[in-house]
Amino acid sequence: MIEAKVENTIGRHKDWQPKILAFLCNWCSYAGADLAGVSRIQYPPNIRVVRIPCSGRVNPIFILKCLQNGFDGVLVSGCHPGDCHYISGNYVARRKFAVLKTLLEFMGLEPGRVQFSWVSAGEGEKFAQVVTKVTEDVKKLGPARKLVRNLEPTETKY
Amino acid sequence: MADVEQVLRETVRKLLQEQKVCRVIGYARGSSALRSTPVFIEDEKDADSLVFDITCGNNLTQYLKKCGKAGDGRVGIVAKGCDGRAVVQYIAEGQVKREGILIIGIPCEGVLDHRKACDKTQGREVSEYRIEGEKVVLKGKDFEVSLDKFDVLSDSCRRCRYPSPPVHDVFITEPKEAASQEPECKEFDEFEKLDASERWAFFENEFSKCIRCYACRNACPMCYCEECFVDQSNPQWFGKSTDLSDTMIFHIVRVLHTAGRCVDCGACERACPLGINLGLLNKKVEKEIQERFGYTSGLDPDETPAMAAFDEEDKQEFIL
Ligand code: SF4
Ligand code: SF4
Ligand code: SF4
Repeated sequence: MIEAKVENTIGRHKDWQPKILAFLCNWCSYAGADLAGVSRIQYPPNIRVVRIPCSGRVNPIFILKCLQNGFDGVLVSGCHPGDCHYISGNYVARRKFAVLKTLLEFMGLEPGRVQFSWVSAGEGEKFAQVVTKVTEDVKKLGPARKLVRNLEPTETKY
Repeated sequence: MADVEQVLRETVRKLLQEQKVCRVIGYARGSSALRSTPVFIEDEKDADSLVFDITCGNNLTQYLKKCGKAGDGRVGIVAKGCDGRAVVQYIAEGQVKREGILIIGIPCEGVLDHRKACDKTQGREVSEYRIEGEKVVLKGKDFEVSLDKFDVLSDSCRRCRYPSPPVHDVFITEPKEAASQEPECKEFDEFEKLDASERWAFFENEFSKCIRCYACRNACPMCYCEECFVDQSNPQWFGKSTDLSDTMIFHIVRVLHTAGRCVDCGACERACPLGINLGLLNKKVEKEIQERFGYTSGLDPDETPAMAAFDEEDKQEFIL
């Protein structure tokens, strides 16, 4: 089957590396990532970071758009409960993420594609662990196949 | 339903006469035997056009915001269980004021899914119907079929727990008790047992039929946004292509927007010209919100909706 072939050539390509988008909140997780950096803690280079003011700023559609446009996984990370710079942003985010995750998994999306974590500004070590775990999980799943935009560029005819 | 209709007309006439309401939203006979249409009654003489039966599937709550102006007086609304819950949700969300609405509760026996009826009559036009106990008899030119009512009910009515509005000002005949627990829903339970790839394939197949007419959104009382995210162009979050991924994202986001607000009235599903199964996703989210946050939409006008609230103790087993 053609489909199976595509899966084989792309899915198991030896050079394939997952691309993961990480939404990190400005006050905790982004600083945690910074700390991991200045402490020279090693972690996989698969994440691309977008800094956001608060995990509560993440609209679920951001996550869906990432998957649609070529990311193999998405991580959203914010402050631990009780530490939110805006008092309750992460509590509200927690409810949103719980529903989003349940819904996507109910539809049949692989559980590891979209992940959430709390990382504080002092947890450089934890940040590295989270990124390692998410990268490993997504590697196991292979390239994203669901919700991906399939539009082929149309050939211009002159 | 004949006496329910009579009491309804009588009640509405009186409400208008006594100027307790300025206008009543209800149902009138539609363009064919199995269709009803929303109607806005301001003159007591028109009260006789009101009907209530198995064809009254629209959720009338969506008209509440559009048909009342300040200083107009109270607006009456004929409310089945789900319309009533939607009104309660409107009050909880601050969309209407309790004192501006007069809820006319009506006992609901479930509403028809036209697609199911159409299947049973092989698409022939029905010119008359009648209810005989648990049977629905459909009659047309040269044919008459007697069907089990359950077989032609909407999915959401089959699993309905609240047949009467939880809050009402007057009630036509007697309210029906809510079921003490969630009625079982075999279709849903069985679907949940399928494995992930089968579920994904099911939704891909369903949503690949979608022509993005947005009838589901327009029929939904909870989709009252002035500008829907699919219509926004600056920034344009939502892709307009015919690619399946765009359609799937529309459906995922629609369900997320109605999370903890959807009253499972099934109006979206009945409005869909392609008969796409929208109820499964609605139901899943509703269940999750009940289990996780202990919240059911449309029951208590004073409770903050689940997605606008939080609890420090919310479970977070999925967070690293
Ligand atoms: S999403 Fe569908 S079932 Fe839920 S309230 Fe809207 S129309 Fe009713
Ligand atoms: S789909 Fe979302 S944005 Fe659009 S009308 Fe419904 S709730 Fe509003
Ligand atoms: S009503 Fe049906 S076809 Fe129209 S947008 Fe909704 S799901 Fe798609």
